[in-house]
Amino acid sequence: MATMVKNYVAAVDQGTGSSRCLIFDGSARLVALAQKEHRQIFPRPGWVENDPEEIWRNVEQVVQTALDDVRLEVSDLVALGIANQRESTIVWERDSGRPVHNMISWQDTRTDQLVREIAGSAGPDRFRERCGLPLATYFSGPKLSWLLDRLPGLRARAQTGDVLFGTMDSWLIWRLTGRHLTDVTNASRTLLMNLGTLDWDQTLLDAMGVPRAMLPEIRPSSEVYGEVRGGPLRGVSVAAALGDQQAALFGQGCFSPGEAKCTYGTGSFLLFNTGARPVMSSSGLLTTPACRVGDEPPTYALEGSIAVTGALVQWFRDNLTLIGSAPEIETLARSVQDNGGCYFVPAFSGLFAPHWRSDARGVIAGLTGYITKGHLARAVLEATAWQTREVVEAMNADAQMSLSMLRVDGGMTANNLLMQFLADVLDVPVVRPLVAETVSLGAAYAAGLAVGFWPDTEALRANWHKAAEWLPKMDPELRARGYRKWRKAVARTMDWLDDDDEE
Amino acid sequence: MPGNIQSIERAAAILRLLSGRTRRLGVVDLAGELGLPKGTVHGLLRTLQHVGFVEQDADSGKYQLGAALLHMGSSYLDGNELRTRALNWSDSLATRSGEAVRIGILHETQVLIVHHVFRPDDSLQTLEVGTLLPAHATAVGKVLLAHNPYLATELLKDDLQAYTAATITDPERLERELRRVRAQGWAADIGELVPGQVAYAAPIVDRRGLTVGAMGIFGPPERLLAARQPRGELLVMVREGARSVSRELGAIPW
Repeated sequence: MATMVKNYVAAVDQGTGSSRCLIFDGSARLVALAQKEHRQIFPRPGWVENDPEEIWRNVEQVVQTALDDVRLEVSDLVALGIANQRESTIVWERDSGRPVHNMISWQDTRTDQLVREIAGSAGPDRFRERCGLPLATYFSGPKLSWLLDRLPGLRARAQTGDVLFGTMDSWLIWRLTGRHLTDVTNASRTLLMNLGTLDWDQTLLDAMGVPRAMLPEIRPSSEVYGEVRGGPLRGVSVAAALGDQQAALFGQGCFSPGEAKCTYGTGSFLLFNTGARPVMSSSGLLTTPACRVGDEPPTYALEGSIAVTGALVQWFRDNLTLIGSAPEIETLARSVQDNGGCYFVPAFSGLFAPHWRSDARGVIAGLTGYITKGHLARAVLEATAWQTREVVEAMNADAQMSLSMLRVDGGMTANNLLMQFLADVLDVPVVRPLVAETVSLGAAYAAGLAVGFWPDTEALRANWHKAAEWLPKMDPELRARGYRKWRKAVARTMDWLDDDDEE
Repeated sequence: MPGNIQSIERAAAILRLLSGRTRRLGVVDLAGELGLPKGTVHGLLRTLQHVGFVEQDADSGKYQLGAALLHMGSSYLDGNELRTRALNWSDSLATRSGEAVRIGILHETQVLIVHHVFRPDDSLQTLEVGTLLPAHATAVGKVLLAHNPYLATELLKDDLQAYTAATITDPERLERELRRVRAQGWAADIGELVPGQVAYAAPIVDRRGLTVGAMGIFGPPERLLAARQPRGELLVMVREGARSVSRELGAIPW
């Protein structure tokens, strides 16, 4: 059917395992989805790389496939937005466009020693005031520093701007439009950007030995970056880029201070919109730009990640083999009325936000002869809710606001027992939106705003609908007692590792 | 130790033959294979059919393994698993139809709601997951009963309760209705459980071809009916949605 009006926005979600393209209509309804996985390269233990050329080919291909599936033409798209895995690091030649090395994935831990050297006696919080982040292997700066140190002649070529650095957004925008830029949310994960000025910070560049000439220009998250120069997408406006978690926050419609979302996957990411000001955390949460729409001032967020949530259910399935599939944990958990006094703290590699104790290891506390596998299943699910409560409390304290509703997405939202328990222990409504693809939707929203497809964020709010809502109904005394016991269980995980443990 | 019971041995032999490559056999075929008189085989088949272990194909008159037997051989699909696998498709159905979606499975002779997606209009709604509904008065229930003759028979042993004037309470009428549902591939409930509420549902089938659940929409007649009849475009969405979930469960794509 031929139409004169462009009616669709495309989002590219370039993730850790795959690249996807989703196409949305003006009411933010998903009309097409295509996906392609890419190779994971493990050159050594702890090293994780990907081929940027392969990812680029996949991105072009999934956009074309998504369009073909619903018989749309490139000319039906008003804009394309990008949401991407954060922190992964690419360096390429300006002239040839060829990468000088595989992309170093965010999961890669080769910079462990380097990060400790940079932290020095000041410790991991050496630059927290400047960039909102602790020094850790995830972030791009140390990975870039490693490449500049290890590849012969690279630093000299970087100083002259012959080679360029970028995170995934920059790489894709470069390939699509020929421009070298990044957005504030992606730049904020490099450890190189100053949170106050939203520009590269000379102190940070010096600490990591990064020449400014190789860095992309930092732009808003929602802005027309340029038109696609060639290939199947020729002529489409590239109009948004956001890190995946910030994209999910935007896609969940958390545009105002106090609004928060949590994405429940293997691990979970809770982002809390703190409005126009960056809030420094006293409990080790990350401070990050949430989004910047055009010339408007940026909004900020606090970010808390929980390392082990869905991963604990997988562990329960694979290592204890008490269930055959992850959803069956709900059936098992419902075979009993409560946790029987049993608490499971999955500090498998230490405690993260808000405790930050690397000497901690997991415990199952409160075991008695009464405990069955049903009680253990309850404790496994409840661990996700209690960990969320700890992060929410830290955020409420840091932001001096209190969460009034939690928007959720991700695979674990299919678990009703967990979602109800989450509402119970947080004592706020927990809401699942109708469009589960919040990462892609956020990128589509930001791109659609940039080209005027949607007038403003108020118009976007009208697209957001509840698919399910869980209201708190737990007796306050029971909630308080449960949280007290959880904290006692957490206390029992600490000081487990000794100096002579091999870890 | 007493000797083996001959009729059970013969029944087992019939089931073995029906689980073989051909899967559908007539009385003559079975009698030939077993070297038994047709009358004996027919008697055995009638009893096996009564307990739901075999079914007779209406067109060819041939026999095949029954749903009850297949249910016993493999654990039934967990309701929580079904919700997880159906999540994207149920959301999509709610988005496309603009109505609330529910998925049900049979719990004895009632329908257990395992998933509920709100109507996307931001009105106040309460999650119905875990609710039990009467099977004969709901679209989801009628789909499930239509594909489970054994439980349909069980249900008909007691009086069918009326919830509204439109509830089907006459056993013969319900049997006719279930035959129709089975033939057309969908069921409607027009004010049969709640006055002024209309619902449609279609079967969710797993890779063995068993109906393991039903998915449908519900809402007011003003939106779901046109000239007192089900709206065709909504029925198409419901059937496509249920088919997508079936495909997700590994049913043969069709």
